[in-house]
Amino acid sequence: MGHGKSLVASTAIALVTASGAFAQTLTIATVNNGDMIRMQGLSSEFTEATGINLEWVILEENILRQRVTQDIATSGGQFDIMTIGMYETPIWAERGWLVSLDGLPEDYDKDDILPAMRAGLSFDGSLYAAPFYGESSMVMYRTDLMEAAGLEMPQEPTWADIEAAAAAMTDRDNNINGICIRGRAGWGENMAFITTVANSFGARWFDEDWNAQLDSPEWLEAVTFYNNLLQNYGPPGAANNGFNENLTLFQQGRCGMWIDATVAASFVTNPNDSTVADRVGFALAPNKEGLEKRANWLWAWALAIPAGTQQEEAAMQFINWATSKDYLELVAAREGWANVPPGSRISLYENPEYASVPFADMTLRSINAADPNNPTVDPVPYVGIQFVAIPEWAGIGTSAGQEFSAMVAGQLTPEQALARAQALVTDEMEAAGY
Amino acid sequence: MARSVTTQRKTLNTAIAWGIGLVLFFPILWTILTSFKTEAQAIADPPVWFFFDWTLENYRVVQERSNYSRFLWNSIIIAGGSTILGMIIAIPAAWSMAFVPSNRTKDILLWMLSTKMLPAVGVLYPIYLIFIQLGLLDTRIGLTIVLMLINLPIMVWMLYTYFKEIPGEILEAARMDGAGLREEILYVLTPMAIPGIASTVLLNIILAWNEAFWTLNLTAARAAPLTAFIASYSSPEGLFYAKLSAASTMAIAPILILGWFSQKQLVRGLTFGAVK
Repeated sequence: MGHGKSLVASTAIALVTASGAFAQTLTIATVNNGDMIRMQGLSSEFTEATGINLEWVILEENILRQRVTQDIATSGGQFDIMTIGMYETPIWAERGWLVSLDGLPEDYDKDDILPAMRAGLSFDGSLYAAPFYGESSMVMYRTDLMEAAGLEMPQEPTWADIEAAAAAMTDRDNNINGICIRGRAGWGENMAFITTVANSFGARWFDEDWNAQLDSPEWLEAVTFYNNLLQNYGPPGAANNGFNENLTLFQQGRCGMWIDATVAASFVTNPNDSTVADRVGFALAPNKEGLEKRANWLWAWALAIPAGTQQEEAAMQFINWATSKDYLELVAAREGWANVPPGSRISLYENPEYASVPFADMTLRSINAADPNNPTVDPVPYVGIQFVAIPEWAGIGTSAGQEFSAMVAGQLTPEQALARAQALVTDEMEAAGY
Repeated sequence: MARSVTTQRKTLNTAIAWGIGLVLFFPILWTILTSFKTEAQAIADPPVWFFFDWTLENYRVVQERSNYSRFLWNSIIIAGGSTILGMIIAIPAAWSMAFVPSNRTKDILLWMLSTKMLPAVGVLYPIYLIFIQLGLLDTRIGLTIVLMLINLPIMVWMLYTYFKEIPGEILEAARMDGAGLREEILYVLTPMAIPGIASTVLLNIILAWNEAFWTLNLTAARAAPLTAFIASYSSPEGLFYAKLSAASTMAIAPILILGWFSQKQLVRGLTFGAVK
């Protein structure tokens, strides 16, 4: 009897231990953006289908970047899947920090990923991060204010059109600013926007021998134009404004135009938060007359697997689920087409149901107009549109961003800001051995 | 006449005290108010104060999205554990420094404090690498030890100051009555130093509860405390202030309540010595 009991007990323990060993858990690091939170909400479907449990680590963007970099550089092994961007992907892939996604099954259909996204998330011809959602930048404008000013926004505006519209819509007495754009310092803040303006004016960060080019006349023209826009038609305190500050201003009806991420379209047209939801039009990011490059960027939040994870196969399974065509259908069925993560797959834009979403067409056109491999008018040795995909960029981008932010605050002239940026970029690049 | 001046003075003092109190409390008050607004109201310009449609929507969303109780449990274990562990070391250390000082005691006290003079990020990578080696990343025990070490100098210093004020003669008398070291610390010293010990414990719990550098850097999913819970509600693209405020209110509520109930001990411990 005693033996029988202990046999039952040990069998039970063995079973519990065995089931514990088989219940896999993936740890996923991600940011608190609407599309990611929706994925977290729907992920119980994945767990039900595969039996793989998910642990979510949701962090603020800058903390996330610091945490995953720290973890991957020291082989900490805390995460099985990481949410990273277009900037990190090629750099980390080159260092062997990421698992190639060549192992994704045939029916994942990599050819369905928008070419610009695929190009930005690949290294040496292999995909290293699967786009969860992608964005470009575009012009969002107030249709009522344009009409009152007797102007019409072309679908493909030039910077001259933008300046004229900003001048016409600015109404200081009623607290309406012609244009709201980023001024806050940071490589992913004001430098993302300023770099796209520079690209469209024919400027570039480096020549083919990695010499800094911020002393070129194109840079001066671009930065002077940007500064004049903000000084003459921008909101007060623009040197502190990033995405969320401008979103707030636009939603409150304080901006005639806002040039920023295409993903903002769903926010400004959401009647729950936006007082101008039914009065917003969209246009492509501007170009300079005579030049073809437009000032639109390209970014993707993508899922990647750090090299060294013990659960590569399960992680691959999750990425296959979260970035598949079926997932888009799942979101559409549950939450409507307007809430489907945009900018990742061709088939989404071929879907007639998605075409009825007001900003779908302009988002696709903006993404397609971006080419991360040829971001500038003159040739460059780097990849990336609103950033330079080298490890030094985060440092030099942020330092240069502080100079331009000081310029917007009225502490520096464009000439001074550019001279200082040129000097610090040159120093930094020399120190890094370029 | 003199009487009216005193009353006036009193009124003025009370008004100033209330004014300072309100200024200090304002950020918390604003966070709590914002947590009951919609995202649009949270960013309204001019700001809305009390007259808006109060909503519990943010709390519902936060409850639905995060496993609050798990973060809370981790916070309790880490803050409580590091405090208990710290007191076990700090009480004997402070005792020896207060009652059997050597020539080096002053230097040791200063040297301990000097560890607080280095910015935490300066030792992030060494500690991170040690944690990887020892398998302590994302564990509650690892975090408990680190927070204990960080707060230990403050604990020893505070206790040392309280112990110093207890007359050595009382302990001597206990010894003459035949009390050993253990009895002396447990039955004579500790009861007399209760206010000091209580305020040290409370302050340490508060410090550990709010610590946001190590708790964010050394945890991922399993051991993440409430600081990580708050950090998960900030968003680079999209409005988040109301939900973030709701998460913050939920995170500070337990410690606020604890502080409220123990304010008597806290104030007594922090303002008076151990023996009046």
